[in-house]
Amino acid sequence: MSTKIKNPSQLSEKQQSMIGADLLVEALIREGVEHVFAYPGGASMEMHQSLVKRESDIQTILPRFEQGGGFMAAGYARATGKAGVCMATSGPGATNLVTCIADSNMDSVPLIAITGQVPQHLIGKSAFQETDIYGMTLSAVKHSFLVLEPQDIPKVVKQAFHIATTGRPGPVLIDIPKDVQQTAAVGNFDEEIGLPGYNPLKKSSDKDLSEVLELISESRQPVLYAGGGVITSNAADELYKFVKQTGVPVATTLMGVGAYPETDDLSMKWFGMHGTATGNYAVANSDLLLAFGARFDDRITGNVRKFAEKAQIVHIDIDRSEHHKNKVVQYPIQSDIKYALARMLELMTEKKFKAPDLSKWHERIAKWKKEFPFTYQKSEHIMPQEAMEVLYELTEGEAILTTGVGQHQMWAPQYYNFKHPRSFLSSLGLGTMGFGYPAALGAKVAFPNREVIDIDGDGSFLMNIQELATAKVEGIGAKVMILNNQHLGMVVQWEDRFYEGVRAQTILGDPNNIGSPANMDAIYPNYVEIAQGFGVKARQVFKKEDLRDAIQEMLDHYGPYLLDVIVPYDEHVLPMIPSGRTVADMILSPDQQVKLEKGSGL
Amino acid sequence: MKHTISVLVENKFGVLARVAGMFSGRGFNIHSLNVAPIHDRSLSRVTVVAVGDDFVLDQIIKQLNKLVNVIRVIGFKRGEAVERELLLAKIAANSENRSEIIQICDIFRAKIINVHTDSMILEITGDEGKVRAFLDMIEQFEVLELSRTGKLALERAKINPPDAS
Repeated sequence: MSTKIKNPSQLSEKQQSMIGADLLVEALIREGVEHVFAYPGGASMEMHQSLVKRESDIQTILPRFEQGGGFMAAGYARATGKAGVCMATSGPGATNLVTCIADSNMDSVPLIAITGQVPQHLIGKSAFQETDIYGMTLSAVKHSFLVLEPQDIPKVVKQAFHIATTGRPGPVLIDIPKDVQQTAAVGNFDEEIGLPGYNPLKKSSDKDLSEVLELISESRQPVLYAGGGVITSNAADELYKFVKQTGVPVATTLMGVGAYPETDDLSMKWFGMHGTATGNYAVANSDLLLAFGARFDDRITGNVRKFAEKAQIVHIDIDRSEHHKNKVVQYPIQSDIKYALARMLELMTEKKFKAPDLSKWHERIAKWKKEFPFTYQKSEHIMPQEAMEVLYELTEGEAILTTGVGQHQMWAPQYYNFKHPRSFLSSLGLGTMGFGYPAALGAKVAFPNREVIDIDGDGSFLMNIQELATAKVEGIGAKVMILNNQHLGMVVQWEDRFYEGVRAQTILGDPNNIGSPANMDAIYPNYVEIAQGFGVKARQVFKKEDLRDAIQEMLDHYGPYLLDVIVPYDEHVLPMIPSGRTVADMILSPDQQVKLEKGSGL
Repeated sequence: MKHTISVLVENKFGVLARVAGMFSGRGFNIHSLNVAPIHDRSLSRVTVVAVGDDFVLDQIIKQLNKLVNVIRVIGFKRGEAVERELLLAKIAANSENRSEIIQICDIFRAKIINVHTDSMILEITGDEGKVRAFLDMIEQFEVLELSRTGKLALERAKINPPDAS
């Protein structure tokens, strides 16, 4: 958490009174906030007026849809680990943030959502643009506040940032009625945080950690299952040292992508439904599974009862409610992952830790890797996987990628090897289509000198396409590479596998004249013209021989850019472990049939 | 299986909604729920009787502990707490059966707190078994209206607070 204080207002030092909206902006600046993604309206315009007064200290970026602003803030937060701040007006402005709040809750993202509310005397009167956003979001926030007095604002902001960014991070809503924004009060910025029911500092005992080290020493086929918690607690360096000293191979979750360099020999990339066969085989055959900062999500475990059946499981998580929630384990340990890893490294020296001999296990894993790499059939057309391979090559794996939701969301991390944490930003828990481009804008605002590219599907991208305007007008150089197959590809894949190929609202263009690399005239919509309408440079590519040049052109361009890559729609994401099944049912090749009941799974 | 859970919370706007919402949002069943401020007016005690197996109870306690406004959660094991419930029942009563009802109340140490020409209001306090037995007895008369607090509970001896988490 950044606590940098930049030019705190002189007024507050003298304890002079300010209106609530000014108090809010002052408090945000004191929290080190440099960017706010905010869309104004009747009940929030007072706060925008205050933001303008302080525009040399805090930059306000106008999205073209509140949800876009919410995902920009979330992308910013995911890329930096700092709180991302979005703001909207009451009623529809606030409800448009709900998806972003729920999304951040699922993926433990420190999002601060500030909403204007109708004046207090109108609350409960069904006033214009009134909605009970506090009540509506209760089940999707880490915490929330309805501010009733302007003098409470400094303390509320301090508490909100503390709650959002510490422990297991999450979204915090601050709802501020317009009269509170407009009433003057003396704010006390030095007040204690004072949250008696909130203690985010969790450290495991040496006894527990020593036991884990003993288990590792005795293990023959251990696997480290690293989740988003490793990234959240900024423990990638500790994890690297830990893995190097123990020799335990790593398979991450998608939230954990980048927690361990995927180019390293001990990395099995990521596992789960569409992850590496190697990772899935290794976990299934492990005798010791070290789950660090992970939550046994159904997309990871498949049939949770049969997941890692042969293994003793150590589950280290800062959130105790994750223990035994989905999977009952032998060794639940509550701790911050960074602390646990750092302390185990110390204990290794103190207790003369003996690394197990894993040479046979490493050999077996190497064999799986060789035998079951991610693979696809080359075609005369550009394959989506191929586009990712070329992008990886040309960016040398150094870009920040965001995604929408669907097939492209799987292909992107399959064919791109991440070396750094916070480089793959994706809506993984909630699975929100439309997440990719605004999240890329947020990440680009945080890291203007890094290449930030949204890998998107034509379905997902359309859901927040209006943010091309934000990119252009605000001068944010985030790029988008659409893997355009004219379908909702992942649903099509499930239709093919489980519904005999019946297309039920999964074709995005004219169903009687479906666009494809072989039928370019039917491609719909024309993304290049749309981008041009927004003033964003764009190019379409459908010939294999043009792919590399087109991606290079995108990378060379300074500023936002849209690359529309036309790909065939009949490609499936493989491997695939059908929902609720086990590694034994993993589909590895396109013609492999797995007998499943129609409509099975989720 | 029923579990009695005592939750000490900050007496703040929306806390009850958070507690109740946690139960509905995660699919846990509430049998009864009682909430009121305690001697320290900044705090309230919520007593919940929930239905589920031991894993459900474990999750309920952990999820409640996650709520920022929750100070402490205790899941009582059998015998660890004294438990009471208060029940008010309005039953149809006339001069013919009034004395029989009074006799039943005497046996159960229930009180008669209102009498009308054709009804009476009875009050009883007790643990689950006693309240149940009383209810069984008075159901032979016509119960017009019934209201009960749900269970209240306090630990018998001072229990060391578990880590607030």
